[in-house]
This record gives sequence, structure tokens and C-alpha cells, in this order.
Amino acid sequence: MVVDRDLCQGHGVCESEAPAVFSVSKQGVLTILDESPGDARWAGVEHAVRFCPTGALRIEDNGSAAAAPTDEDG
Amino acid sequence: MSVDTALSEPPLVSGAVPPHGHLEELRRDPIELMARVRRECGDVGRFRLAQREVVLLTGAEANEAFFRAPEDVLDQAEAYPFMTPIFGTGVVFDAPPERRREMLHNQALRDKFMRGHAATIAGEVQSMVGGWGDEGAIDLLDFFAELTIYTSSACLIGRRFRSELDRRFAELYHDLERGTDALAYVDPYAEIDSFARRDAARRGLVELVQAIVDGRAPSGGADDAQERDLLDVLMSVRAEDGAPRFTTDEITGMFISMMFAGHHTTSGTAAWTLIELLRRPAHLDAVRAELDGLHAQGEEVSYQALREMPVLESVVKEALRLHPPLILVLRVAKEPFEVKGYRIAPGTMVGASLSVSNRIAEDFPDPDAFVPERYLEPRAEDRANPWTWVPFGAGRHRCVGAPFAMMQLKAIFSVLLPAWDFELAQPPDTYRNDHSKMVVQLVQPCRARYRRRLP
Repeated sequence: MVVDRDLCQGHGVCESEAPAVFSVSKQGVLTILDESPGDARWAGVEHAVRFCPTGALRIEDNGSAAAAPTDEDG
Repeated sequence: MSVDTALSEPPLVSGAVPPHGHLEELRRDPIELMARVRRECGDVGRFRLAQREVVLLTGAEANEAFFRAPEDVLDQAEAYPFMTPIFGTGVVFDAPPERRREMLHNQALRDKFMRGHAATIAGEVQSMVGGWGDEGAIDLLDFFAELTIYTSSACLIGRRFRSELDRRFAELYHDLERGTDALAYVDPYAEIDSFARRDAARRGLVELVQAIVDGRAPSGGADDAQERDLLDVLMSVRAEDGAPRFTTDEITGMFISMMFAGHHTTSGTAAWTLIELLRRPAHLDAVRAELDGLHAQGEEVSYQALREMPVLESVVKEALRLHPPLILVLRVAKEPFEVKGYRIAPGTMVGASLSVSNRIAEDFPDPDAFVPERYLEPRAEDRANPWTWVPFGAGRHRCVGAPFAMMQLKAIFSVLLPAWDFELAQPPDTYRNDHSKMVVQLVQPCRARYRRRLP
């Protein structure tokens, strides 16, 4: 997972979608809690990427993670 | 940043006239001025605004440099002198603009607050149409400007404060917005009618807020802690000597500034979304079908439902691209700044033209046409062009209220369109924006008729 820090504004959508993976502090700073989330957490991560209001989150293709299905209908 | 001093200055666009260069044209037809900068000079050009040089940027590469630049290189604070008399010169803020923005964000605009805001907004729309008969007519500017005064005050300051407002607040606020003539770059207090009305409107708003303050206990103090709003909080803050920390003038200034960025922008976009839909029955039908489908599933105006409205969302995005409520965003260079081989000296103003970038044909084929389908997969032209699809700006200064605004616009039409039919009450090409002020508004009259839909 890659965060573009110039774009992130700390809205906290990712935290709402996948609280075990993302944490946004009171000051709006994002921390990634789980760098390689397992299958059970993927749906939340995909929602986080899709609904991030600033487009600051990206899933990088690097072998195993690349197998994650993409849902691009929105 | 190290900048090669051998680099050249950006080229000057034609049409400068003494004594204020391009100021008069900026006041008359800013879109043409900015489009001509791009035609004559390319991605980086220059015009003259009274005593200042403005370097105007368009296109992905120049925009990215602009929007990624940190505050100590391109500064916002000095770029908008026309806002000072609106917010108030005497207002003592405890924090710089960046910190205030962060506070507003954390207190009202985070994702976790959006569910509550969605319900509040739906309720405000219901209450506005509650007084409608079975059919009638509205002025789109008046209607949406009043509605968005209520929604923004309810969501940002609190429902208790909102409940104490009426139409007068919206009318005075409109006069404030009209007081943004670019002549402020020469003299923010020049003797012109719109500045006199601006100053009278600000005094009127302070009086309205004073009457609300007078109606509350000295410490603010709503009986119910749940009902406590931002006005209660500010009234209860004390200075070291025990006196109230903020005057009503200062509190009013804070409220004006909190509501400013989200008001005329959302109001204008709501009006343009409706105008564009009424010009195009097929798109209106598609939006109705999407909303009816959600209603058929029993969805109220829920936050989750509002996120899943690709058809309405694409229509709003296209209204934003063609009619961006901000056409030009400005900074002042604090350090030497280099962009696309040009040197920009400290003290120079630097602008990004949102209206011109939004219509670059290479990024948005058929750029002047209303084509919401451009946002659907696989085109997704907004995401494919993050530095030129810029109705909300981009990068670190991207409108922090953008998700709130999109949610609000979808909530408004989720209430209006299923219950009411609308039609334009004027020839379709008579709806246009007035660009004679830095705050863009529809030219009045801009009327539409409504009729209750049969169930």
C-alpha cells in the first residue's frame, strides 16, 4: 500500500472502512497499522482505496498483493 | 529549492492597459483573459494586476508544481486581499489559516461526521420545500443560497444556531459575497457600491448574531449539553481577567469565514446541476431512475446510499468541470520558484486557472460539451487527470470540504428530484454566470418552475 502524503488530508474514510489497517490521528495523520493485510481485511482495504476522497491511497502490484481483485465500477 | 537565475521570465499576455494592466479585463471577462494567456503563452504566462505580476499556470505539469508546493514557497495568506473586509480586520484569531482549516476539518468535516450531516441536510431541504404549494416558481440563486446558509450553519456551527437564522442572514451574506470585486487589489475600501453594501452587510450580520447572543445565558449555556453549539462554546471562553474572550464582531467574523468556502460554491453547483439536467431530459431521466431504484430498495437518504450514486455523481462532476465555482486560485511566491523552465521571483503572484484547465481538449475530449459519461469506467477522466480535473483544486490545498460538498449535493437532489418536477422558466441559454466579482454567481433572474410529482 502506498500513501501519497501530499494528497492525504486525513478525512478518515480509510479508518472507517478498515480500522484494523488504517488509523488517522486527531491531527489527521494517517498511520498504516497492517502493511500486508490478509484476505479477511481485503474488502475493507479496497473500499478504503475506492472511497478515499483525495485519491491518496494506491495498492502497488508486487506479486502476491497484485492478485487482489479490483472493483472499479464506481 | 535552487533555481537557475539564467531562466527567463514567463511571457506577458497581450492587452495590458495603463494604469492597472489587465485589472479591468479581469473584472469584465476573466475567463477570456485566462484562456488568452494559455493561447498566447502556453502553460505558463503572465498578466498584470495593478502593481503586481501574476504568473498564470494551466495544464498538468504546471498545475502539479503549483498544487504540490508547500506553504512557505507559495503562500495563500496574502493572495486574497478582497477577503479581509469580509472576515473583518479586527478579528483576532488564535491560529493561522492553516491551523484553522485543520480545526474545522477535525471538528466538522471528518468522515465520521458525514452520516449526521447527511440527515441534517435532507431535513433542511424538506423544510425549504415544506412551504411550497403544488406548483410555483423559484429563483435558483435565491433558493440554493438560502438553503446552503441553513445547511452550512447547521453542520458547521450547530443546529441550535441554525434554528435562530432566517432569510435575512442569507440576504446579508449574499451582499458580502458580492463585495469581492477585483478592484480590491488596488484598494479594498475603494468607494464603489458593492464595497459599501459589503460593509453594511457585515454590520447587519453582527447585529443578527448579537441578537442571538443576547437571547442566550451569559455563558452560552444550552441547558442540554447535546444542544450546545459553537456559539455557546465561543461565548463561554474567558480572557485572563474573566471578561469574554471574543466580541460578537469577532465571533461573527469566525462564522463568516467558516461558512465562506462552502457557501456560494455549493449553492452555485446545485443550481448548475439542476439547470444542466433540465436542459437534457435523457440525463434527468437517468438520474431519476437511479434515485427511484434506491428508493425502491427502501433506502432513505443514508450516507451509504449517497456514496453509491454514480449517475448523479457524474452529472455533478460535469457541472463542476464546466462551471467551476472558483475560476482562479492564487498564491504569492515567497521563494524563487521554477516551473517548466521559467523563473518566478519572490513577491510574484502565481495563479492556477481552474476554468481553463478543466477544458483542456487533450484531457477532456469535446471539452465544452456536457458529457457526464466521461467519468464512467474506463474513461474516468477525473481520476485520469488529477492535475487538470481541478474544480476542487488539487494536492495539499485541495478543498478540504470536497467530500462534504459532494455528499451535500447528492443529498439535496435525492430529496428534490423524486418529489418534484422542475422546468426552466427562461430560454435555456439565458442562464449564465456573472464573472464581474471574484465570487462567481449566477446572473439573475435565473428562474425555474416546480410541480409536485404524482406518487
